[in-house]
Amino acid sequence: MIHDLEELRVKAVAELNQAETEEALLSIKTRYLGRKGLLTGLLRNISQTTPEERPLFGKRSNEIKEILTGAIDEALQRLSQKKREHALQKEKIDVTLPGRAVRPGRLHPIIRVSREICDIFAGLGFSVVEGPEIELDYYNFEALNIPKDHPARDMQDTFYIEDNIVLRTHTSPVQIRTMEKLKPPVRILSPGRVYRPDSDISHTPMFHQIEGLLVDKGITFGDLKGVLTFFIGKIFGEDTAIRFRPSFFPFTEPSAEVDIRCVMCRGAGCRVCGQSGWLEILGSGMVDPEVFKNVGYDPEEVSGFAFGLGLERIAMLKYGVSDIRLFFENDWRFLEQF
Amino acid sequence: MFVSLRWLRDYVDIDLSPEALADRLTMAGLEVDAIRESAPGFSRVVVAKILSLKPHPGSEKLLLCEVATGADTLPIVCGATNIQVGDVVPLALVGAVIPGGYTIKSSRIRGELSEGMLCSEDELGLGPDRSGIMILPSGLTPGQDLTDALALRDIVLDIAITPNRSDCLSVIGVAREIAALTGKKLRAPESILQEDDEDINGITSVQILDADLCPRYTARIVKNIAIRPSPFWIRRRLESVGLRAINNVVDVTNFVMLEWGQPLHAFDYRFLEEGRIVVRRSRQGETFVSLDEKERTLKSDTLMICDGVKPVAIGGIMGGLNSEVKADTRMVLLESAYFDPVSIRKSSRWLSMSTDAAFRFERGIDPDGVVRALNRAAQLIADFSGGTVCRGYIDQYPRKVESPRNIPLRISRVRDMLGKDIAPSEAVQILESLEMTVGKGDDLHYRVTPPTFRVDISREIDLIEEIARLHGYDRIPVTQPAISILSMEQDRRKILEERIRTLLNGYGYSEVITYSFLPAAAVDDLGLPAGDARRTTVTIRNPLTEEQSVMRTTMIYSLLDTMRKNANTGCFDLKLFEIGRTYLARQAGMLPVEKNRIGGLLTGARYDHCWHYSGIAADFFDLKGCLEGLFEHMKMVSVKFRPDLQEPFLHPGRSCGITIGEDVIGFLGEVHPDVLTRMDLKNRVMVFEMDLDVLAGHLSGALSYRDISKFPASSRDVAFLISRDRTVEEIIKFSLDMHEELLENVLVFDVYEGKGVPEGMTSLGLRFSYRAHDRTLTDQDIGQAHNAIVRRIMEKSGAKIR
Repeated sequence: MIHDLEELRVKAVAELNQAETEEALLSIKTRYLGRKGLLTGLLRNISQTTPEERPLFGKRSNEIKEILTGAIDEALQRLSQKKREHALQKEKIDVTLPGRAVRPGRLHPIIRVSREICDIFAGLGFSVVEGPEIELDYYNFEALNIPKDHPARDMQDTFYIEDNIVLRTHTSPVQIRTMEKLKPPVRILSPGRVYRPDSDISHTPMFHQIEGLLVDKGITFGDLKGVLTFFIGKIFGEDTAIRFRPSFFPFTEPSAEVDIRCVMCRGAGCRVCGQSGWLEILGSGMVDPEVFKNVGYDPEEVSGFAFGLGLERIAMLKYGVSDIRLFFENDWRFLEQF
Repeated sequence: MFVSLRWLRDYVDIDLSPEALADRLTMAGLEVDAIRESAPGFSRVVVAKILSLKPHPGSEKLLLCEVATGADTLPIVCGATNIQVGDVVPLALVGAVIPGGYTIKSSRIRGELSEGMLCSEDELGLGPDRSGIMILPSGLTPGQDLTDALALRDIVLDIAITPNRSDCLSVIGVAREIAALTGKKLRAPESILQEDDEDINGITSVQILDADLCPRYTARIVKNIAIRPSPFWIRRRLESVGLRAINNVVDVTNFVMLEWGQPLHAFDYRFLEEGRIVVRRSRQGETFVSLDEKERTLKSDTLMICDGVKPVAIGGIMGGLNSEVKADTRMVLLESAYFDPVSIRKSSRWLSMSTDAAFRFERGIDPDGVVRALNRAAQLIADFSGGTVCRGYIDQYPRKVESPRNIPLRISRVRDMLGKDIAPSEAVQILESLEMTVGKGDDLHYRVTPPTFRVDISREIDLIEEIARLHGYDRIPVTQPAISILSMEQDRRKILEERIRTLLNGYGYSEVITYSFLPAAAVDDLGLPAGDARRTTVTIRNPLTEEQSVMRTTMIYSLLDTMRKNANTGCFDLKLFEIGRTYLARQAGMLPVEKNRIGGLLTGARYDHCWHYSGIAADFFDLKGCLEGLFEHMKMVSVKFRPDLQEPFLHPGRSCGITIGEDVIGFLGEVHPDVLTRMDLKNRVMVFEMDLDVLAGHLSGALSYRDISKFPASSRDVAFLISRDRTVEEIIKFSLDMHEELLENVLVFDVYEGKGVPEGMTSLGLRFSYRAHDRTLTDQDIGQAHNAIVRRIMEKSGAKIR
């Protein structure tokens, strides 16, 4: 009898392994374990066993019932898993297809550079101020120590509106307007549009400058070097070689042109730097006492420095743009790269 | 300014390589823009000596020469008649290339072998003489390369002289600077003047009628001269810096101007009526023909050099055709003067005549160098022309040109400005190397008198700059300023701008920067009617082009122009914005009003063309949605889109003004098809423009939280039939005006016109959401509120439920 039990177990397990559908599994379950099932049938014949056999037979048939129930549940679960997998496979998509574009807008490279510079100086406590783009001759020139009929005016060709009204040729008039309004200390940065009648691959009649001004007690030329060295390190990299070279601006003295090692040829000499290995980046200098007098500051009490730089030039060097006019043509193929 | 290195070496020893010299000058403020080699345009031309000459057997016009080139003796066939045995001449060897690209070959000329070519000045490009073979100085060694033998190779520095350094607009000026920088001595040329017995005062006189414009006028007479080409070395000097050699008189005036920086002029004495000079202002409308053969009509305040009757030169700018030195000139009056810089500048600008002379006068010349240059030039002219200099010179100096003296200098101030202690001895040494006189006062206070040619130095700060410059900017330490605590102020509009940029970028809009200029016709293209303030443009007097002749009064035109340009390159889908200014003219003499504005443009497909979407065109509501997003982000709740506010360049049925409270802040809409036609645009386009200053006024930093309800909301949908004359805003407002506390939100979920909806009507689906803060609403609560709202909408608007 025990033998019959074992035979039944082997047969049932073999059938289970063959079953591929839920229905088949359930019918196996019914056939062996149901009320009229084969295992139940064997149990019913327990009376035919010997009294010695009987306890063992009872124990073993319970064990087999459990084994079969577990195996059936397991098989059922396996099948349902398979079914689910199959269903998911049917929902498969090609994830390499392009997504539904949410194309982000681009920031104009000039704005990008302007932001970067303003952020660097914001950290040093410089506030951003603005001034008129259409400016009085007085603010654009005279208050900056550039009298009428002075050769220094040749440094900047000018668009005229009236005899005494011009399109500002630089952002420097903002220095004057600011100092007229504020008492020292002053720390400002002024980005904006400026205008000069000139148009070729490296000039446009409108371009952008940033003017900086720091006035306080005891500011020296060494401080000018310190602040501008810090700034250039931030914008072009800490290891950028810099030189300060004497120059002339009517509103600063001593004046310095600031050069960096050419970013293209690293000093070997190339077309971009005109073979010199250096690139002019900004103009700077200690505020001329005459300018202080014009705004009512006492040059014996305070000192300071000013600097100005062209944003297009920085952007051209940073991004490798070779024609300045591209900034204002707004060709999408240009804009989309920023 | 071009400066020849050979020329510089006449006045100062230079041990540095050209590159090192350029670097020293650049680091001292004389920026060297370029170093170029100047060499003659030939190669393989050597010095040769003529050994023998005999007639050519086959031609009467040719000679057979034997020439020595050191090691070799070569046969040459030559057609010139000016050579003799023993002459030293230039020989172009076989393989030589001479100007014009000719290559010399070995050849037989009428049967006789010729191994090269003897050359004239003209053939070598060394001068105008083509009358015969160039005869070289007899001391030259045969066989030597001609370029070396005549020292024709030169290095030319292109130096950018800043407007303050007029003293460096001369070779001596630059040499002086090099001497100061390198510790060498300057060797200024001394002229030893030889005068004849005839006194100048018997020949001419100078009368200055306007001492303001002409403080000093000096003159000399050189007579018995013969006009011919200048000596070779002078011509080389002039040509090396790009000047054309003319004749021995004109070349000398140019040479001395380049040498000393003092412009000079020579008049042919024959043409000076009454034989004298009168210096006066021009008369209004006076005409004058200058050396460039152009007739000029003068204003009343130009300085004129005249003879006893008529003008003969525009003072300090250009001579006159009527007194020009000619081939048969025998006697010249040489002028060396100091003219008022401002007057020269005004006149040269007004006449658009920027000459080398005017350039120097307007920057200021050395008032004490006037006579020195006069003497130098007079002697050179005499030397080169076989003439003699008359005894004495005229020096009319009615108004003394003041040069600053005894400028106070505090050594403490040097430190305060530079941030470095400069030893007093070094400071003094620097100033003295620049030819300044330093007098000691008490307690490290000095009194400094600069040389008269340094017209840029008059103040203590000017002296400090000189000390810094020669000490070396690179030797001043990099320090950090000890600065006061100062908070960084951020303007409210700037904050707004940055927020708008970030948001619009996120919505897919890219920022552009367009020129602030417009064509004058732009206001017509936009259809702005007479009286529209935006027609009152600020006009540029001297625009580069008509396209850029006025300042913009609206952002829209430039955006549409950007759209047109992109369409030309095949890009039709654009989402753009620009933050910038518009400019409105006011009355003359007043600065225009500048407004900070933002403009935006949307055209083409709503989404990128892709497999998901096949070209859904963007429309008004795409752009409006962005603006609503902006306002929502900035918590500006009282914004209204007002169809009653119309713009002439927008589609009357698809545009609106935008207001916040009482303020009109801008407009939004589709561009009028007429404008598209005028601007040659094909596609529909939506634009907006807003005033950022006004908008910033409504930006509030304050935020306060409103408690959220824990209870669920319920909604009710209603489809209304409304007349097309009604706006959806009105309909919704009828519901909101009831201030029903339970009404949380009204959503437009459907708008439909067409089949099933009567003509002139719109089907409008509204979803009303209800919620209470303290309980879950019952059907009864909602029903009561909802019915009242629907009833009110129907009563007020005539809407029906569909």
